Amino acid sequence: MPGDAGGRHAGGPGGLNPPASVTDPPAIELRGISKSFGPVRANDEVSFSVPKGTIHGIIGENGAGKSTLMSILYGFYRADQGEILVHGRPTALPDSLSAIRAGIGMVFQHFKLVQNFTVLENVILGAEDGPLLGRSLRRARDSLTALAREYGLEVDPDALVEDLSVGHQQRVEILKALWRNADILILDEPTGVLTPPEANHLFRILKGLRDQGKTILLITHKLREIMEATDTVSVMRRGRLVGTLRTATTSPARLAELMVGRKVLLETVKAPARPGPILLSAENLTLQDEHGVERLKSVSLTLRAGEILGIAGVAGNGQSELLSILGGMTRPGEKVSGRLTLKGRDLPLSGRGADGKSRRQAGIGHVPEDRQNAGLILDFTAWENTALGYDDDPAWARGFLTDNQAIRDDTARKMQTWDIRPPIHTLAAKSFSGGNQQKLVIAREFEQDPDILLIGQPTRGVDIGAIEFIHKQIIALRDQGKAILLVSVELDEIMSLSDRIAVMFDGRIMGERDPATTSEGDIGCLMAGIAPARIPEQTPPGPTAEAP
Amino acid sequence: MDYASVLQLLDSTVRLSTPLLLACLAGLWSERAGIFDIGLEGKMLAAAMTSAAVAALVAAMPDRGALGILAPVIWGLLAGILASLAFSMLHGVASITFRGNQLISGFALNFIAAGLTSLAAQSIFGQGGRTPQLAGDARFSPVTLPFTDTLRNVPGIGPFYAEVLSGHAGLVYLAFAIVPLTWWLMYRTRYGLRLRAVGENPAAVDTAGVSVIRLRYSALIITGILCGLAGAYMSTALQAGFGRDMTAGRGYIALAALIFAKWRPVAALWACLLFGFFQALALRPDIVTAIVQTRVPGPILDALPYILTVLVLAGFIGKATPPRAGGEPYVKER
Repeated sequence: MPGDAGGRHAGGPGGLNPPASVTDPPAIELRGISKSFGPVRANDEVSFSVPKGTIHGIIGENGAGKSTLMSILYGFYRADQGEILVHGRPTALPDSLSAIRAGIGMVFQHFKLVQNFTVLENVILGAEDGPLLGRSLRRARDSLTALAREYGLEVDPDALVEDLSVGHQQRVEILKALWRNADILILDEPTGVLTPPEANHLFRILKGLRDQGKTILLITHKLREIMEATDTVSVMRRGRLVGTLRTATTSPARLAELMVGRKVLLETVKAPARPGPILLSAENLTLQDEHGVERLKSVSLTLRAGEILGIAGVAGNGQSELLSILGGMTRPGEKVSGRLTLKGRDLPLSGRGADGKSRRQAGIGHVPEDRQNAGLILDFTAWENTALGYDDDPAWARGFLTDNQAIRDDTARKMQTWDIRPPIHTLAAKSFSGGNQQKLVIAREFEQDPDILLIGQPTRGVDIGAIEFIHKQIIALRDQGKAILLVSVELDEIMSLSDRIAVMFDGRIMGERDPATTSEGDIGCLMAGIAPARIPEQTPPGPTAEAP
Repeated sequence: MDYASVLQLLDSTVRLSTPLLLACLAGLWSERAGIFDIGLEGKMLAAAMTSAAVAALVAAMPDRGALGILAPVIWGLLAGILASLAFSMLHGVASITFRGNQLISGFALNFIAAGLTSLAAQSIFGQGGRTPQLAGDARFSPVTLPFTDTLRNVPGIGPFYAEVLSGHAGLVYLAFAIVPLTWWLMYRTRYGLRLRAVGENPAAVDTAGVSVIRLRYSALIITGILCGLAGAYMSTALQAGFGRDMTAGRGYIALAALIFAKWRPVAALWACLLFGFFQALALRPDIVTAIVQTRVPGPILDALPYILTVLVLAGFIGKATPPRAGGEPYVKER
């Protein structure tokens, strides 16, 4: 998060709206809220209050208790102890209905929408005017038009939700809350699924709502969002509230320290790359999917030993297809053409020898983008997952049986080295947090000592402490002379880790940049498909811009 | 083939479609709410036996006393509905309250119904698992629609009206009336909106402050009533008494029709008429012979509706997307 510290921008507290008068009770006040799940104290004596007409951030790592707290506020869980005051009145919230009645609206991280209903039907569901739908639908249509004008929440009321983009679906969730006259709006990790422009639009909407007197609770683990959008912020760590601060007077570094409980390096430190020989080169890779749509259009790139090539781009612009070709994960029905060479030897693109196992044997490790579906089998234990893809490793064989004890011992050791918590190798993969799941995959792939490592979205859904760790490991691997292809939709990550950046748009590589000389704006243009005039690069044949 | 044969065929189609239609609509309510119900067959069977047995018992009473206010067949109908409801609620307890596997619960109920109905009929009547033949007011009698006689002599329309439309049991007309009613409830009312939502995404309903459990139970009550009607129709209108396994897979055919109809009420009507038509055809080998000009073996005709079922289920109808939350018990997630 470079250069963000202290830079408080427009739209700060009390700027546009008159400060809520001192006599106004806080919109929400929590007093000593505790909640345990078995032996785990998810919330421990949490108290804070949110003044009316402000945006209050709640930040903390995964598992810090943010979501539990919000679920209590929305009547999903009952607190074991403590008191909730809404507009100064003690309020019991035994279920969602009472939360709605108290004027609390919630936008969940995973939307609660009916996919094959229209926007209107979703908005009125559960808050209809009477037993017949006609009147509700008419009133909702008028109301939606008004809200759209007022807050920039435009969305076609007759569109089916399944046809809407994620950003628009989120608007429907906000509209649902407003239709129920919510004046306190809780958003749980709202930007996790949004593109940067969509996220910015969301923040504008939220500020508009605040200026109309609504109170907003924004839950996130992204420091940048807290700095950008909130007036005040509470930090949670391990179920406890460790501080409530005015956003204007704090910094990302200070917040990160509070979240993790120690100083965190937000900037990645790395020595300049010492690129070696070309290990992998791809020429004119093209992929046509089952429906005949070209997902990857004549992509060429080279990857050298000892460097990190970052692939930037908005999700869905061909990065996944590129990884699937390189990692041997193309599906039957997909047509692949082009040429792929590893250390001068041709690699097959389809059929025999183009599967994940062959690629691994050839020395290409792969940390897949979708770790929960492609990287792990969630119902399998940690040790079983450790063996995935390497199950016929001679070290783990005893005759034609596998030596499970050897795998277990190896997993236990990996859990120590890679700080995977809890270090219980018999636990199912699904029981680990996102960060620890990712460490399981990374431990498995890194320790096989591949020449080339493909890494997709290494820190998606991973908390800040683990991000730091994973980034360090990626750089360490590079410094051992490995070639790394990093695909990420997080521009910060690409900028801080890569030695070269290739930007993908619409299945093509729009251009390559040196992170030292480029800017986020420049990369952003390429991500949006706008090729700047300064380097007109139109899918050149063969390897592009080699390191000088 | 003459016009009279066509009319007879269509008349049979209507009569044979009715239990399919009632069962299909029953399944529609349940599955639209997200509860798969493979137990339509069992509920029909239970209702068929109970209605026939109660109707026979009441009819056989020398002095009906207070029961005299309703005809025996009506008492039978009510008892059949209660029996089907009881099965439906068992399915609810297993699959909603205890979040069990809906297919297994449904199958279990089918087996229970198959065994229990014969056993009960045998122990009450001692006639080899059958109920006595029903007659008089222990059966539904045909309803003659108004103007039947006036119209009878209008060429074309008249005989159609008299033969195909008129002269069915009241339950037939009720079944066809339930189609638009179901459509209206599903698509024009708050209840229908919530019910469809709970079958697609129960979390959306839950977070909107509406009880998922109550909605699903309410759907199963409707399912129970409709299966009760279907079963009672089988034994007290279509036939005159209960016989072992008399539903003969109609519950499963109704499920196939439901998939064929892609879980839509009006389409369900057409699907059930089609299946009913094949069943009617199986009863009239002479007509089939006249059409195809060769003798078709009876067993092949009997198998036609089932062959059609297999074809439908094998996906010859294009993509049929079941309600998305179907078959999954709802567990509140974080």
